[in-house]
Amino acid sequence: MTIPYLIGAFAISASLFFNRNKKMNYILVAIFLILQWVFTIFEYHHKNIEEYGYFLPDAIGVLLLFTISIIVVPAFYHSYVFFSKNDDHPRNRAMYYASMVVLIFALSLAYLSNHIAVTWIFVEMTTLSASALIYHRRNLRTLEGTWKYIFVCSISITFVFIGILFLSIAVQQVGQSDLTFTSLIRRANELDPFWLRLAFIFIFTGYTAKIGLVPMYTAGIDAKDKAPSPAGALLSSVLMNVGFIGIFRFYEIIAQTKLLPWTNNIIMISAVLSIFIAAVYMIKVKNIKRMFAYSSIEHMGIVMLGIAAGGIGYYAAILHIILHSFVKSSLFFQMGQIYRIYKSKSIYDSGNYFKYNLTGAMVILLGFISATAMPPSGMFISEFLIFRSLFEAHYLFVLILVLLLLTIIIWAFGKNIFKLLFSPAVDFDETKVERIKPYESISQFIFLGLVVYLGLNPPQEMVDLINEAVKNLPL
Amino acid sequence: MTNVLLIVFSMSLIYLSIANRLMSYVKILAFQGILLFGVSFIELGEMNPLNLTFILLETVIFKALAVPLFLNYVIKRNAITREAEPYVPNFISLIIVTTIVVATFLLSNTIEDSQLNKVYFVAALSALFTGLYIIGTRKKILTHVMGFLVIENGVFILSLAVGNEMPLLVNTGILLDLFITVLLLGIFVNKIGDVLGSGDVDQLRNLKD
Repeated sequence: MTIPYLIGAFAISASLFFNRNKKMNYILVAIFLILQWVFTIFEYHHKNIEEYGYFLPDAIGVLLLFTISIIVVPAFYHSYVFFSKNDDHPRNRAMYYASMVVLIFALSLAYLSNHIAVTWIFVEMTTLSASALIYHRRNLRTLEGTWKYIFVCSISITFVFIGILFLSIAVQQVGQSDLTFTSLIRRANELDPFWLRLAFIFIFTGYTAKIGLVPMYTAGIDAKDKAPSPAGALLSSVLMNVGFIGIFRFYEIIAQTKLLPWTNNIIMISAVLSIFIAAVYMIKVKNIKRMFAYSSIEHMGIVMLGIAAGGIGYYAAILHIILHSFVKSSLFFQMGQIYRIYKSKSIYDSGNYFKYNLTGAMVILLGFISATAMPPSGMFISEFLIFRSLFEAHYLFVLILVLLLLTIIIWAFGKNIFKLLFSPAVDFDETKVERIKPYESISQFIFLGLVVYLGLNPPQEMVDLINEAVKNLPL
Repeated sequence: MTNVLLIVFSMSLIYLSIANRLMSYVKILAFQGILLFGVSFIELGEMNPLNLTFILLETVIFKALAVPLFLNYVIKRNAITREAEPYVPNFISLIIVTTIVVATFLLSNTIEDSQLNKVYFVAALSALFTGLYIIGTRKKILTHVMGFLVIENGVFILSLAVGNEMPLLVNTGILLDLFITVLLLGIFVNKIGDVLGSGDVDQLRNLKD
């Protein structure tokens, strides 16, 4: 059903773009949500059946597809709240919804794609639609964020393309021209290690721009900061997952060959550096939204540590990336309310959040506990499993270093969050504070509850799916 | 013959490293477009005519004519100063770019592949790293775009090297090339020029921690 979905979503996006009537926009968005869910359920029931030669809804694809379909529902709701509070030009609103629809269907299809070039095309589409979302406010700062994002992503997408070219040289050598992942995994052992190595370096570097790892993480930070909060929630959860799937699928190919230890070292270096950078900036950063963005960098580093360590780490990495999507998107949804109260994202201008928005403050507190992986958060389980896998793989030095860095991150994160929640704000005019309706936080509570539930008591279907997703990797 | 063209291409990269004026960059890019036309014309002679026309159009019309004219227009319209304004002295740039070319040459010698023409590999990778180097060491945003165009030229050469058996990939690459170039330059003309006046990257340097 991928092609009908693609056409349908594209048609909806186009009509959103041309139709500026408010009511029409929301009807179209509702139709898209129904389409998205029908598509998700259809693909779940047609798992592992190849479609049109280019798409294969395998376990990891279906898992991430469910994640995005769950997150987009509140994302559209919070966009609706965002537009009801801001007096935007109808053209900008139509543009926003149209690009969000494009972003979502490009992400969904990138998850399911079975051909390395098709994944690449949809990843390129996410760059474009995301930049339209980042530029939503149309001022100098957003222009800077957009420009940097497009430029860095263009370079990284070119890197991925170079990687694909190297891979195709290797594939041609064994007399093939098939670049689907299933065929590549089957033939991985015949491919020349030299080209495979070069391909991995380029593809990995390219996708780090999306997943948010060293070296290309920079553009994503500005993007998440400058995009409106509901869009930022997508950018720092489901968009990072697309980088993960790009790397993961190529890693599955490498895992069949003798290059695996070398690849693990590269991933390990990038992951530890990412956590280090996140720690450094978490101490320094004064903008709450950017702090959340750096926290995402840290979590992606942890996910990649799990992949590099192997064993139980594979399972934990996939669990972690799903749980992280829910936690980080709920924090970003909440960020919109913080901005409406303080009219600022700076930690200096905010404070005493409990007094102005009780439910929102609860979300922030619970979100903080979840994001720093304290029990009962489900991320505690996945992080613990990743550390166990590091221990079992004898990466003791890395483990100690990472734990130290995580301590610094928790301290820095906590310092800012507690300042926001409890310390009185300086020179803050209380008289004009907007009352935030408690029901606007329901979706965040549901997500944070979901994280606890999925972590502590994962449903059997999910466990099966994750185990199936890592079946191609050595145990 | 293709070898000569590709060696000239690598030399143009070295010249790029010491060029001072923006117009020299534009001229080098146009010249590289013509070189790429030569290479693809000789190399892809036996491909089907439609693909061939497509590739030739891309090199001659787009790379050698449209993009340089467009860059020229941007420079004039936004009244960008004519200096490239590198952060490092030209002499050091020259040494670094030469090192890049030599290093890729040495790397290519380790390949044991009879099918692949190593000159392509050297030219493509040196263009890639030279482009990255230019992006990193030049001050203006427009020079960053030019660095990106050099990277794209490298990608084009690389896709020619694998092109005979996988025309689909070549076409995808070319479409990417066209698309991103138009996008970047389009933003440049429409937005950055209007908002900033001058194309000085210093004004887009407020987002940081």
